[in-house]
Amino acid sequence: MNISFRKETFRGDYTARNSPETIRRFPFPFNEDKYMYSVNMEPHVPAGPPGHAYNKLIDIDEHYLAEMEDRAQVLKEDPLRYQALPHMMAAQWDTLELLMEQKAAGFPELFSLTKDGDRWHWINRPMGIDQTFTFGDASTLPMEPLEFISRQTQGDLVVVDQRDNTLWCDAGMVTTQADWSLDFDIGMNFHEWHGPVPLAHESGVFDRALKFLLNLQLGKPVRRLNWTMTINPRLDTSPENYHKWGPDRATVTPENVGAKVHLRCELQTLWRLPRSNAILFVIRCYLIKMEELVTIPKWGRRFHRVLRDLPPELIDYKGLTRYRPTTVEWLSKYDDGKPTSPGIYPE
Amino acid sequence: MTLNTDMTVRVAKITQVADKVKRFRFERTDGQPMPIFSGGAHVIVSMRDGEVLRRNPYSLMSSPSDTGGYEISALRVENSRGGSAFLHEKLKEGDTLTVSNPVNLFAFDHRGKKHVMMAGGIGVTPFIAMMDQMEREGRAFELHYAVRTRTHGAYWKELQQRYGAHRVKVYCDEEKLFIPTEAILSGQPLGTHLYVCGPAGMIKGVLGKATTLGWPQQNLHSEEFLAPPPGKPFQAILTRSNKTIEVAAHQSILEAVEAAGIDAAYLCRGGACGQCETAVSACTGDIQHNDHYLEPDDKASGKKIMICVSRISGGTITLDL
Repeated sequence: MNISFRKETFRGDYTARNSPETIRRFPFPFNEDKYMYSVNMEPHVPAGPPGHAYNKLIDIDEHYLAEMEDRAQVLKEDPLRYQALPHMMAAQWDTLELLMEQKAAGFPELFSLTKDGDRWHWINRPMGIDQTFTFGDASTLPMEPLEFISRQTQGDLVVVDQRDNTLWCDAGMVTTQADWSLDFDIGMNFHEWHGPVPLAHESGVFDRALKFLLNLQLGKPVRRLNWTMTINPRLDTSPENYHKWGPDRATVTPENVGAKVHLRCELQTLWRLPRSNAILFVIRCYLIKMEELVTIPKWGRRFHRVLRDLPPELIDYKGLTRYRPTTVEWLSKYDDGKPTSPGIYPE
Repeated sequence: MTLNTDMTVRVAKITQVADKVKRFRFERTDGQPMPIFSGGAHVIVSMRDGEVLRRNPYSLMSSPSDTGGYEISALRVENSRGGSAFLHEKLKEGDTLTVSNPVNLFAFDHRGKKHVMMAGGIGVTPFIAMMDQMEREGRAFELHYAVRTRTHGAYWKELQQRYGAHRVKVYCDEEKLFIPTEAILSGQPLGTHLYVCGPAGMIKGVLGKATTLGWPQQNLHSEEFLAPPPGKPFQAILTRSNKTIEVAAHQSILEAVEAAGIDAAYLCRGGACGQCETAVSACTGDIQHNDHYLEPDDKASGKKIMICVSRISGGTITLDL
């Protein structure tokens, strides 16, 4: 597979955009014309039409190098985006192994991993990294294993410890988040860090999700899609930098909706880790402009209906209040009222 | 959704390690490595015994980093429901069977400053894997291991040789030596975690003593797999499958459901994990809750049952399956 990596930015002049091929592989999060919270987890096995983001269990796309540059920039300005509590070292190594193995298996032209006992050799060709190290010995890497591999991985990583019948947010690399903070949530348990989500508590979604995750099995990862919306193709919509992106929400006009308003999809995958019995959450962010989205007629129709009929609590929680009416109005031009086919893939 | 992925394995080696205890080494028939696991994990071993498919949980006791094979140890129990008799008397080297991916309901706390393990009899097996991992990771630990007689006790010599008699202490019933629980639990540094695996009475006694001495509940860990107790036969109506099945005296509901060709979710098959929780819409007998999972309120409500170990006193139960 040949990926032509784009030179682009997710800040400043915001040159990031999707090629037509990347639009078609977008993990569109709505499988019907309405949306409500649900546990919506399914086995994370390769799926989708050829080229889709679901084809490989850890996905790489044309934004890889630009996203890694953006992450490095975020870390330079705010090193606390990476944190790991001391008891998470076994989980760090588990994560490094999982991501190296999945990358090398999914994209052998780009990555390779060879093991000679504990002596490992990792090559990341796009980033020009060639690293020999001793598995389990952090002094043989230039930084902690989780930071090392997450600087080479698209998507935020949260590593949760399992104890006392719940999950604990005890390590992570979070630079592409939808308005939540690792520095704030570190050390919290599952119910604590989901505290702010409206409607979901009443319906018992979190109790069911927690029970499911506590029994997550080795070798049986699961995935779910979550979504929000973002103005400009900005990956780092963190609370720490709210002053840099919050005001953008007031800049949407009927003329610029197509280019400025983005559907932000999070492909969340959850993996039981072998040595630590911890769980790795990979939260991979995909952005798509409204003008890109409507090139897939089914998605244009459906997203119009979803956004139009969204419950008020969710409009508020997702921070859409200000620009939703303008966006719904713009999308309505692409909704001819025809039925849409079930499922998330293009027709 | 079936949650279990099984691996086909060959019995590579059977070793008699003590009176009534045999060790079994399983290696994959497809030559692939076994998944690395964490100390304390178990697998479900599926055994085809004539007409009967037996599925029992066993703690993994091999080194968690040994991807060449998995090892379990089984005690030959009197009045076995069939699993231990099958393993001890019928299973031969070279036979094939299936094992699930490892599941850990007895993981050690990685924050622990020190780990104290107490084992009774065959309950030592998860600790053998745990100690291997703790030693590799440089953690402080000690094992207190109660055996009936020196010849009944499996592995104690090897463990003492490997970790030293100061870290592996053996107490033999026959010699009137018992684990000095109170003295051990009274003298531990802050941040110590306690793990108990053995007969129900031992677990209850040790955890009760620890609680009395003021140990925080978060620092107490135990594991006990229950075999489904036998009882009277009864009937189960499965509403989603639109079937009525008979549950025999020595069968669990889960086993009867599987024998009827219906897929039901499970993980531990020992009343601990909660995966097989099933809604009850009607029941003409009394539910006999045998699990460790449901809260007392849930048990009293009569609306939920763990089908791996619990049954009813007779009559008919209607289940959402």
